Amino acid sequence: MTTRVKSIVISGYGTNCEMEMAHACRQAGADEVDIVHISCLLAGEIRLDDYNFLNLPGGFLDGDDLGSAKAGANRIRFARLRDARADKAEKLYDQVIRFIAQGKLILGVCNGFQLLVKLGFLPGINGCYDTQQATLTGNDSGRFEDRWVSLKVNRLSPCVFTKGITGLYLPVRHGEGKFMAASDDIMERLWQNGQVVCQYSDPLFERAVMEYPGNPNGSTDAIAAVTNETGRIFGLMPHPEAYLHYTNHPRWTRETLPEEGMGLLLFRNAVDFIRSESFG
Amino acid sequence: MAHRIAVGFKDAIRDPHGEKIKRKIVEHLHIIVEQVRIIDVYTIDGHVDQAALEMIACNPLSDPIIQEYTIDGQLAKQFDWLIEVGYRPGVTDNVGKTAREAIALLLNRTLSATPAVYTSRQYLLCGPIARYEANRIARDLLANELIERFDVISAKDWIDQRERPPQAPRVEVSDDLRVEEIDLDVTDEELLAISASRTLALNLSEMKILRDYLRRPDLQQARRAVGLGGMITDLELESFAQTWSEHCKHKIFNSLIEYEDERGNKTLIDSLFDSFIKRGTAEIRKKRGANDWCLSVFVDNAGIIKFNDQYNVVFKVETHNSPSALDPYGGALTGIVGVNRDPFGTGLGAKLIFNTDVFCFAPPDYDRPLPQRILHPRRIYDGVREGVEHGGNKSGIPTINGCLVFDERYLGKPLVYCGTGGIMPARIGGKETHTKEIRPGDLVVMTGGRIGKDGIHGATFSSEELHAGSPVTAVQIGDPITQKKMTDFLLSARDQELYRAITDNGAGGLSSSIGETARLSGGCIIDLEKAPLKYPGLRPWEILVSESQERMTLAVAPEKIAAFLALAEKMDVEASVIGTYTDSGWFHVRYEGKTAGYIELDFLHSGLPRMNLEAKWQPKRREEPSFSEPADLGGAIKALLGRWNICSKESVVRQYDHEVQGGSVGKPLVGAKNDGPADAAVIRPLLDSFEGLVVANGICPRYGDIDTYHMTACALDEAIRNAVAVGADLDHMACLDNFCWCDPVQSEKTPDGQYKLAQLVRANMALYDYTTAFMVPSISGKDSMKNDYQIGGVKISIPPTVLFSTIAKINDVRRAVSMDVKRAGDLVYVLGITKRELGGSEWYALHNFVGNRVPKVNAAKARRLYRAVSRAIELGLVASCHDCSDGGLGVALAESAFAGDLGLNIRLSRVPFEKINRNDTLLFAETPSRFVVTISPRHQEAFEELFTRLAIGLVGEVTTARVLQIEGIEGNIVCRESLDSLKAAWQKPLGV
Repeated sequence: MTTRVKSIVISGYGTNCEMEMAHACRQAGADEVDIVHISCLLAGEIRLDDYNFLNLPGGFLDGDDLGSAKAGANRIRFARLRDARADKAEKLYDQVIRFIAQGKLILGVCNGFQLLVKLGFLPGINGCYDTQQATLTGNDSGRFEDRWVSLKVNRLSPCVFTKGITGLYLPVRHGEGKFMAASDDIMERLWQNGQVVCQYSDPLFERAVMEYPGNPNGSTDAIAAVTNETGRIFGLMPHPEAYLHYTNHPRWTRETLPEEGMGLLLFRNAVDFIRSESFG
Repeated sequence: MAHRIAVGFKDAIRDPHGEKIKRKIVEHLHIIVEQVRIIDVYTIDGHVDQAALEMIACNPLSDPIIQEYTIDGQLAKQFDWLIEVGYRPGVTDNVGKTAREAIALLLNRTLSATPAVYTSRQYLLCGPIARYEANRIARDLLANELIERFDVISAKDWIDQRERPPQAPRVEVSDDLRVEEIDLDVTDEELLAISASRTLALNLSEMKILRDYLRRPDLQQARRAVGLGGMITDLELESFAQTWSEHCKHKIFNSLIEYEDERGNKTLIDSLFDSFIKRGTAEIRKKRGANDWCLSVFVDNAGIIKFNDQYNVVFKVETHNSPSALDPYGGALTGIVGVNRDPFGTGLGAKLIFNTDVFCFAPPDYDRPLPQRILHPRRIYDGVREGVEHGGNKSGIPTINGCLVFDERYLGKPLVYCGTGGIMPARIGGKETHTKEIRPGDLVVMTGGRIGKDGIHGATFSSEELHAGSPVTAVQIGDPITQKKMTDFLLSARDQELYRAITDNGAGGLSSSIGETARLSGGCIIDLEKAPLKYPGLRPWEILVSESQERMTLAVAPEKIAAFLALAEKMDVEASVIGTYTDSGWFHVRYEGKTAGYIELDFLHSGLPRMNLEAKWQPKRREEPSFSEPADLGGAIKALLGRWNICSKESVVRQYDHEVQGGSVGKPLVGAKNDGPADAAVIRPLLDSFEGLVVANGICPRYGDIDTYHMTACALDEAIRNAVAVGADLDHMACLDNFCWCDPVQSEKTPDGQYKLAQLVRANMALYDYTTAFMVPSISGKDSMKNDYQIGGVKISIPPTVLFSTIAKINDVRRAVSMDVKRAGDLVYVLGITKRELGGSEWYALHNFVGNRVPKVNAAKARRLYRAVSRAIELGLVASCHDCSDGGLGVALAESAFAGDLGLNIRLSRVPFEKINRNDTLLFAETPSRFVVTISPRHQEAFEELFTRLAIGLVGEVTTARVLQIEGIEGNIVCRESLDSLKAAWQKPLGV
């Protein structure tokens, strides 16, 4: 029997791409898709344990006031479940850690990626998820930008979301997308493990670019997306849920494009993987 | 005991924000600096033990990968000057608020048991900077002294400051919370003095009406019965001033006007609003009969039209001019999050789906001395742009289009138009959602943010010109995340049917929101002490009229209140029952059990007699330009492309998220390189449907220098034309009108008031004539009538400005077209006739002329043309379509070409025109209702057939040459410009 794909899309406190992220999950064929306000998790009404595909959409958690997703990460780490019936010792954080330990899929886009990095879930080298090993910080341009970018996909990456994909064309919409690792050593390990999934690239997806605006933020090694060692936690700055249909493409009125947008491929891969034997 | 945590980047880490500040210091202030780095300072106003401070500082306040921090020490090093900028007491500090919440979570404390956090920022400057230059950097770039304080400290003094204890900008609390009584039985001079000293913006006759109202014996008796004295209370006076303000009451639009035209014919106009705006819409609705898709017009916070059988759309555009003049960032941010609450508080409440913004500024390169209290246009531009960026992006609402208009007369007051659309199910729980109902006994609930002293007198202050005594409390800073949390909660409450009615707290605060909604039940009684405050010490009248942001007022049935409050608590949103709606006929306000105000609801809303005004129209004769046709028309096109009003706005557009919510179809930047200027936005609000919305704007204040009648007609035509150009359905299109005027009431201050009022009358006449001719009804609007600046001997008035914003349906977004030419070999058409209409044009402005021949709209012909364009687009015959506006045909051709990255070969002799014998006139005339269209040659027959008997010309073809080549009327080549040079000229002024 194949596993039912139960997708949860977290909303609230400044998250704002939940609707299109949920739409992407539905389009990709997930069996259940719920948009859940984080307060419902904190109230204990809904538990992460009942899902196997966690979506962390883009937005501005708490306004990104303390740096992108930092106050948001602080909430996940420290907020206690409110429901008296729930185990009082449990925090939302414990549910997420359990989710990761069970090898379930997590996709963080933009602010969701920033959240995963600030929580230490990405890159999670050596399976260590409680220490921040990298960061996403202010674009070199000093400004927020909405701009479509080309992404070269690392074929050697274990990332389950990008299987079979060589390149992507998606919009970035962020002010803090510059990826930096804590040390050269971590950078090296990222490459060794195939944890660098996407790099900003030329339009043919052949070579990574460091120059603005191809690389919109000055990211180290043009890194746009990162996975953990198992390939099941995936974070990227560009927005796959913003390109689900050809009419989302900035040049759809002048180019012949497939009906489905490129962003949908990532969600399809996730759904297929959960249904596959490898999901375990 | 307060603590200071300072957070800065580690030495090896780039500081892009600091680099940006450095660029601004060099480029805008022309002061040489070598480096700027930034340190964020959090002042924690209370005791926290050292271990906890370490935890807080390490994370979340700093990022361990790239930042370092000190606690109660000095982090700043290696600088010549340190400028620290922090907020003044009471100014909204969003970062401080978020930090406090994060600390509460981290320390497992309640919010009230967590010390307040105040933020400030240190700018470390390196370079040979003199003290006066450092002061200038602080004053003219880094801090706005209205809301911020700053310290300029040299490196040497910094070391001496080591022991200085941290300062927290706490609000000084007053314990004088009395309700004051004010004697209105005084001389006229004293009445006026009362109005002026309290920023009431009430004139003498209005003050006298209040005085006489108080004298009524029946009223005296009623007041005594509730424990009030015979004199008016400060709270009542403030409530009247707010309700009767020009801002809230639209006194000029509702006045009786005697209008005299240029031939001396006099007409009496009984309310511009009724006679022209409402009447036009009513007639259109009647004509449409069963096909009328208007649902709610002019009665609610925004207009509502039908989208399809299941959904309605809601649209409103507001202005936030006066606050943006004083604090561009805060003013504009408050403007955008403020207008968000209009559709959100319309009917039963709409989910917000797009923003559209139009800004009018003085040119950023303005280089003459600035009058007192006026900020440099560059600063206004940057601040407004950033405020709207934060307001829109952080709220998750796509900014789908907009425009920028430049004219020196916006120096005194910039215009900041912010518009928002929403979508709502047509029915919830079987009930229609586009109406409002409140029953006596329903509870008055306030939710969202808390009340502070910020935003007091916004309504009355914006009803006056900007003067030396304009209050600083009117300025505030919006908080998009508090609002987002509230809207998440309220949409959930709406769908669970937990409230009966909703409205927003904008201008006038509770006084306005409750005073207005109380009319639905017939009265109310509220207890002000139940309203949550940001800090103690607000007097009752301040609580009532404060315009503190992010608040909605709701009517909740008593049986639903428990569920409503429980949901609020769960979703971390504050909600408080502050009173009850009644049918008593009174607006009854109490504070701690004692009556502080008791106002007859009828008198509050209808007690103000209408103004009688006179308007006299005398057209101004302008000098007719005399310059000869330039030999180099390519150069002329480039000069026009580089004009502020025409050039690329990409650098602004890119900083606004125009794609969030996933329904982006027609983006603001289109074409081969994603950088061409789209005419209108197309979005798909429901992701499982191909039905879409088109949103466009039209604005052309320059024509108003000749005649505001034609200016208004052209603005409407432009808004419609832009929408038609992408494929909008003309039969399912509505508009919003938005008037920004300079004071049109004749007085000593305004000796040309009769002329300005005549301009307003003429604009309204055009609105009626053309909305009805196009069958595009206005569904809501706004007027802002006092856009003047008057300090000392200097008076600056904005040019009368009308913005039309259209919203239309497109039945299938896959049929939408863009403005960029598509393929070599395609045929180029010019649709619509070109006339010798250069009055008020960019071409004349380039030569410092205004001229007289203002562009005029022939609505009947335009409508036929638009229908044909719509049909051609619907049939898929159109490859590209671009509207001709500022800069005329020359600019439209150039933009279409470089956006498509393909050349054009154009013969001007084929353009349909009338009485033109000069190439520059033909290229740059701004005759409305025209398009440049390209089609594939295989569609030629079908396309031309649609335009039988309409003025169109096949003027050339698309080429691979990457050159715009134009053959003049006489057959000689008058322009041969490479696409690269055209685009470079267009992109240069504001960058990309």
